[in-house]
Amino acid sequence: MPIQKGMEVSIAVSEAVKLANVDVISAYPITPQTHIVEHLSELVADGELKAAFIPVESEHSALSAAVGAAAVGARAYTATSSQGLALMHEIMFVASSMRIPLVMTVVNRALSAPINIWNDLSDIMAQRDCGWVQLFAINGQEAVDLTLQAFKIAEDPRVLLPVAVNLDGFVLSHVIEPIELPDQEAVDRFLPVFKPTLRLDPDQPVSMGAFGSPEVFIEVKKQVEEALIGSQKVAAEVWKDFGDIFGRTYKPVESYKAKGAEILLVTMGSITETAMTAVDSMREKGRKVGLIHIRLWRPFPFKEFFQAIREAKCLAVVDRALVPGGVGGPVGLEIKSALFEKKERPYVAEFVAGLGGRDLTVEVFAEMAAKAERYAKTQKEMRYEMIGVREK
Amino acid sequence: MAKIDALHPWKEVPLGCAILEAGNSRQFKTGDWRSKIRPVTDQEKCIKCGMCWIFCPDMAYNQRADGFYDWNSYYCKGCGICARECPKEAIQMIAEEE
Repeated sequence: MPIQKGMEVSIAVSEAVKLANVDVISAYPITPQTHIVEHLSELVADGELKAAFIPVESEHSALSAAVGAAAVGARAYTATSSQGLALMHEIMFVASSMRIPLVMTVVNRALSAPINIWNDLSDIMAQRDCGWVQLFAINGQEAVDLTLQAFKIAEDPRVLLPVAVNLDGFVLSHVIEPIELPDQEAVDRFLPVFKPTLRLDPDQPVSMGAFGSPEVFIEVKKQVEEALIGSQKVAAEVWKDFGDIFGRTYKPVESYKAKGAEILLVTMGSITETAMTAVDSMREKGRKVGLIHIRLWRPFPFKEFFQAIREAKCLAVVDRALVPGGVGGPVGLEIKSALFEKKERPYVAEFVAGLGGRDLTVEVFAEMAAKAERYAKTQKEMRYEMIGVREK
Repeated sequence: MAKIDALHPWKEVPLGCAILEAGNSRQFKTGDWRSKIRPVTDQEKCIKCGMCWIFCPDMAYNQRADGFYDWNSYYCKGCGICARECPKEAIQMIAEEE
């Protein structure tokens, strides 16, 4: 029976990758992802993980090599952050459109400039439209569990798409948390050997990634889009299997003290746990505040989202990225667009906060909830408000 | 752009637009946008050296049983490399008839 042990979340993620029995890891180190791939290279060098570790010359190559490895039928993994993810940009689209199942951990960090190694979600949000399944962990245990689940979702013959598992840089990746690493035997039961639907094989030659003329391009895009939308059903099955074996349950949108809440904070990633503490203290003061957090960002779980917010009068959306010159942040944009089809909809107060590692404390969440309540009362017309900017 | 024979509905497009049949680029006729000139070989001058076949970037020459080379209009772009490389000046580029 597995027990909880205190360990750095990055190390726990690499142990999960080892448990997933990957065949190929191709990676380039970048802060704050480094500990993950460093530990994996140690595991390979020490013979504890029988995999090929390809130390490539850039992130562009890291993802390209992982795509190639998965194309021949290997279980492939890579990890990156920030500028590294930006350098992978063109291969992100190639991987999904070629229907390459691989898993990447994205240790979220702000994009330059100014150069900043701290956490926000600007790196992954710039890759929002790349056709990958995108998951967000709120703590170390989730980072481990989502990593294992990601392989099973990616490799399902109905999906065959790359999956990005997001965890916040430093504030999650570098902290020591109590983590239960599952037994190898249980993981093997949960995650069978990868059986590719199509692979590069000299005995049955196929070409992957070839030319797609105007007569076929849109059909290919439709196919990828349907696979991505369909991945939510597969994820639900995978989460059911995971719960049956490991006893931890996962949903695309999670609620916390949302019952009877008039104001709902909407969060993603590790800030969620701080926001929960804020909700606790606001509840103690008799305020009707709850929280939802979005675990499955792509495909966006519309039905579950509507279900989760159905009682709320006001949403306080916390975005940790900005869509410059637009209506706010990507999460706010998504939610406002989604709600447009509803006749009855809650007031949406959109906040952009925590950019480049600015601390999001319990007090800041309380401030956003209070502002949201106030703005909702007067139905204040707003696009978004940036939190914590010094005016003088 | 040449026409593609079989246009699949989206559900039937091979996974990720993979090409499942090896060597089927032969079926893709790429010579329909040839420039307004094409090569003509004078077989009196030809010594069957195969330089046209070697240098053609689009595999528009095929050797016949008698050793001479046939020109294949399906693939020729009219670039003229064959005419330039022919050591016997046996290949002339002539204006295409409309």
